[in-house]
Amino acid sequence: MRVNFTVNGRKQEADDVWEGESLLYVLRERMGLPGSKNACEQGECGSCTVRLDGVPVCSCLVAAGQVEGREVVTVEGLADFAKQRAEHGGCASGACGTSLQDAQQWAAKGQDSQTGEGTELAPIQQAFIDAGAVQCGFCTPGLLVAADEMLEHNPNPTDADIREALSGNLCRCTGYEKIMDAVRLAAARQGEAV
Amino acid sequence: MDFLRPASWEEALAAKAEHPTAVPIAGGTDVMVEINFDHRRPEYLLDLNRIGDLEEWEVGEDSVRLGASVPYTRIMENLRGELPGLALASHTVASPQIRNRGGVGGNLGTASPAGDAHPALLAAGAEVEVESVRGSRRIPIDAFYTGVKRNALAADELIRAVHIKKADGPQQYSKVGTRNAMVIAVCAFGLALHPETRTVRTGIGSAAPTPVRAKAAEEFLDAALEEGGFWDNGKIITPSVAKQFADLCSAACNPIDDVRGTASYRRHAVGIMARRTLTWTWESYRGTAARTEGVA
Repeated sequence: MRVNFTVNGRKQEADDVWEGESLLYVLRERMGLPGSKNACEQGECGSCTVRLDGVPVCSCLVAAGQVEGREVVTVEGLADFAKQRAEHGGCASGACGTSLQDAQQWAAKGQDSQTGEGTELAPIQQAFIDAGAVQCGFCTPGLLVAADEMLEHNPNPTDADIREALSGNLCRCTGYEKIMDAVRLAAARQGEAV
Repeated sequence: MDFLRPASWEEALAAKAEHPTAVPIAGGTDVMVEINFDHRRPEYLLDLNRIGDLEEWEVGEDSVRLGASVPYTRIMENLRGELPGLALASHTVASPQIRNRGGVGGNLGTASPAGDAHPALLAAGAEVEVESVRGSRRIPIDAFYTGVKRNALAADELIRAVHIKKADGPQQYSKVGTRNAMVIAVCAFGLALHPETRTVRTGIGSAAPTPVRAKAAEEFLDAALEEGGFWDNGKIITPSVAKQFADLCSAACNPIDDVRGTASYRRHAVGIMARRTLTWTWESYRGTAARTEGVA
């Protein structure tokens, strides 16, 4: 079957999609966007977390056919998504977003900024780099999407809030302390910027 | 496999009538796991995501009509006052990502004895609104669970909503697992005080082939509270009464040994949770304790 949906602000079309296929498979294997990771395939690890109509979900548990006409944001589009949100309160013009080609070639070009300024990354991405919250990196995309969403509606999270928001994301390097540091850092920088 | 995408409830009922083997999918948190692991290859998937009504709820005079696909996140955020037991249970469901997708309709459809919503529904009192092209009916929650992962639905029926009695007293929910998030219950317990009828209702999860009420325990406690005038004098429940209640709740279990826990541990833990949730709710009823939040 064919599925039409919006990925990172741009309309996309996936063809020959098998009816039992997951959104995660479509993103990785048909759109060429391997940022969302495939690990447990049962919603336990959160490494495939994307935003579906703004809401964080495990893309491995969304049937591809269910996203027809809906909007998906993946980690590859997170930098632009965060930029639009900060500058325009979201994508107003419709001209924003990340093209498939850009998304496929997307790489984290962080800066050793110490302040998080002057970077092409989303603030949460830069904070993960600055706090040393990335080890093997497999859980990172899911954590970035989940943490970014939490900071969007809860700019001053307590440690308990952060733990709760990230409770669906497993890090098998067990780097949780640094991840907590990164989210606290992003929240603090967000507070300074306002 | 065919992917059916009804745009309305009527279309969904027609599709289910035409293809009774079709597997409904809403949040997908159970169905997609089975498909991903090749445990299930349904002929038809029936997507319910396009039916907006299923994600709505109405607060009525005596009950809340909860659409089958209302995500657990919404229940926690919006129905804490009306459905405190279910809101607490919702909070123990998996993770934010799962709670954003999953809903009570899926829990009922899967009818796993470990479903987190069941003990809260049993304790509060509820009816499941199901419908087919033949018509609509309401199944009392006590008659809904018929076996391990079996329910009272006919092949052509879909779950549309759950009518849950609004709380008329304190409710609590407790769940045993290895951590707070992402845990399938080793066992779970829901308890609701109903001061209007001077009754207590319970629900036990993961400790029998189906979710069950501890009816003998309820009857014992109802009689003991009545006899001692507890509803009026608001005294602390006698420890021996609480113990007897807990023992009867343990006795209502019919658990098995499995990877998550042994049968004897489950019986033991249900007794502990019964005593604790009784204490928490009763303290709240007496108005002497500030504690209103449960511990997952």
